[in-house]
Amino acid sequence: MDWIEFPSLGRRDLRDLRLTIDGAFREFTRAYGPTLERAFEPLEDFLVWLEHLLIESPWPLVLIGIVGIVFLLSRNVRIAAGATLALLAIGYFGMWEDTMRTIAVVTVCTMVAVIIGIPIGIAMARSDRMQGIINPILDLMQTMPSFVYLIPVVMIFGLGKVPGVIAVVVYAIPPMIRLTNLGIRLVDPAVLEAADAFGSSSFQKLSKVQLPLALPTIMAGINQCIMMSLAMVVVASMIGVKGLGQPVLQAINNQYFTMGVMNGLAIVAIAIIFDRATQAYGKRLQKHSEVIHG
Amino acid sequence: MADAALANGASEEERVAHGVEIRNLYKIFGPNGAEMVEKVKGGMSKTELNEKHNHVLGLNDINISMPGGQIQVVMGLSGSGKSTLIRHINRLIDPTAGEVLYGDQDVCAMNAKELREFRRHKTAMVFQKFALLPHRTVIENTVYGLEIQGVNRRTARKAAARWIARVGLEGFEDHYPNQLSGGMQQRVGLARALTNDADILLMDEAFSALDPLIRVDMQSVLLDLQAELRKTIVFITHDLDEALRLGDRIAILRDGAVIQQGTGQEIVLRPADEYISNFVQEVNRARVIFVDTIMDRGEIVEGAPELRQRMLLEDAAKLFAETGQDRANVLDKTGRPIGSVSLQSTISAMVTPNTH
Repeated sequence: MDWIEFPSLGRRDLRDLRLTIDGAFREFTRAYGPTLERAFEPLEDFLVWLEHLLIESPWPLVLIGIVGIVFLLSRNVRIAAGATLALLAIGYFGMWEDTMRTIAVVTVCTMVAVIIGIPIGIAMARSDRMQGIINPILDLMQTMPSFVYLIPVVMIFGLGKVPGVIAVVVYAIPPMIRLTNLGIRLVDPAVLEAADAFGSSSFQKLSKVQLPLALPTIMAGINQCIMMSLAMVVVASMIGVKGLGQPVLQAINNQYFTMGVMNGLAIVAIAIIFDRATQAYGKRLQKHSEVIHG
Repeated sequence: MADAALANGASEEERVAHGVEIRNLYKIFGPNGAEMVEKVKGGMSKTELNEKHNHVLGLNDINISMPGGQIQVVMGLSGSGKSTLIRHINRLIDPTAGEVLYGDQDVCAMNAKELREFRRHKTAMVFQKFALLPHRTVIENTVYGLEIQGVNRRTARKAAARWIARVGLEGFEDHYPNQLSGGMQQRVGLARALTNDADILLMDEAFSALDPLIRVDMQSVLLDLQAELRKTIVFITHDLDEALRLGDRIAILRDGAVIQQGTGQEIVLRPADEYISNFVQEVNRARVIFVDTIMDRGEIVEGAPELRQRMLLEDAAKLFAETGQDRANVLDKTGRPIGSVSLQSTISAMVTPNTH
């Protein structure tokens, strides 16, 4: 009854396979780890600088700064007032510093995602083949449990801020790329034809027609990216990213119910602030693209 | 600045816009279009090509000589290939075979850079669905062509503002397209095309999406402008009345082939086949046919009332009714009599013949 057994690789072969791959990767880590670490140093410096700026500056200034940005994006007094109240409450319950750390990490992650994601999205929109190659990679990034890709990242960079940022960006960048691609592909072909008829070069077409018209969709991508970065904060805290994630992790380990809830709510509060501000901005961008009168 | 603009205007009048010459143009949609050209030249029909080889015959041996500084109308029903044809003039669509000549340049042989320059400086296009940039205001839309050419912002805006005023949109410079009505949006489309100051103006069913009254209004705007600018205008339409009103010359397209071309007078009086005479039947001939088209050349009657060249049969009928005479002389532009029309011939030309 041999055929009833699944024809699987022998236990020893399997172990050898794992050892070979792990060994090769470890070797790669030893050879290139320091180089890679050095390459990411500017990013780390920037993150540290931003963190310091937010934490060391007098809190009223920081509060005014954040609420100011929220207001500029949303042009909505209610959203700005809500942001003020939420931040005051966060400070009152002693979570100011952790919140600032989290905001710094999310800001840096979003910036990295925008800088990398938009060009990839553009490349995808311009060629179907590119789309065919990148789409499955994005599927992989979105469905692969985040702990799995934390392993190689930690092996290369150890614990700390940079591996945290990388892990968050890997998780949060797919919607950025997908929505950039979608936004450009949805631009009305008639408008593109007009741009062609006037002799636009392909760069002029991109910068004067496609990107501006795709901007509301790209904004939705940035919004999604911020939301997903915030969702990753707790996981990132497991590899040493400081911020609101760490007290949550501590609360899980020690069953501190109140501590968990309070820090969780702080994450929710900044998520809502960012979400409303960026959505309102996206809507404002869309104002002129809607309803064409006949 | 103003002097420069004036000088420009003056030289524009002297310069005659180049015409466009379309020669043996074929367009066959499908993977092996080039191979199919020979079959079509051998006489294969559109249906046969579609059924046997799964290729669509878009344009079939088009030869049109579009005169410089005049309005060439291309008329046909939907699916006749007229929109495909106009897109060959600025090569938004690549031909399968044939030539499109502008002066001594073959548009079909240009490389990407030459083509871009050609589109920037020699052609401008107005679209059926306006195709304005929704994120730009009226003036920002209007400067688009110049902006692409790299003209500096102030000069471009000045030119744009002039054309916006010329099409009657003064005061709307900072509105967005979605705040305007269809007719106003197409005025922006027209201003955008005119600001480019190109020889060739391509108008793809430019007024078809507008209400009938606004459409007539826009036709008048175009004729007024053309009297002054003398551009080579290629105007696509499915409406014979529009074709007759605007066209110095008309080409009628059916199933991708030209079935008749000539002046409006020729088409109304001598339709080439039943298809065209069916079209022509609906036309109010009294308002289309000129007296000089039907006059007896050289036959001048002493003391008869006078009509001018390019007057319509309707005017002649009015004159006959008012004077009670049955013959009138036709004068040319200088006021010299060149022939005469009779009441009899006027009436018979106004009545649609029953047989083709």
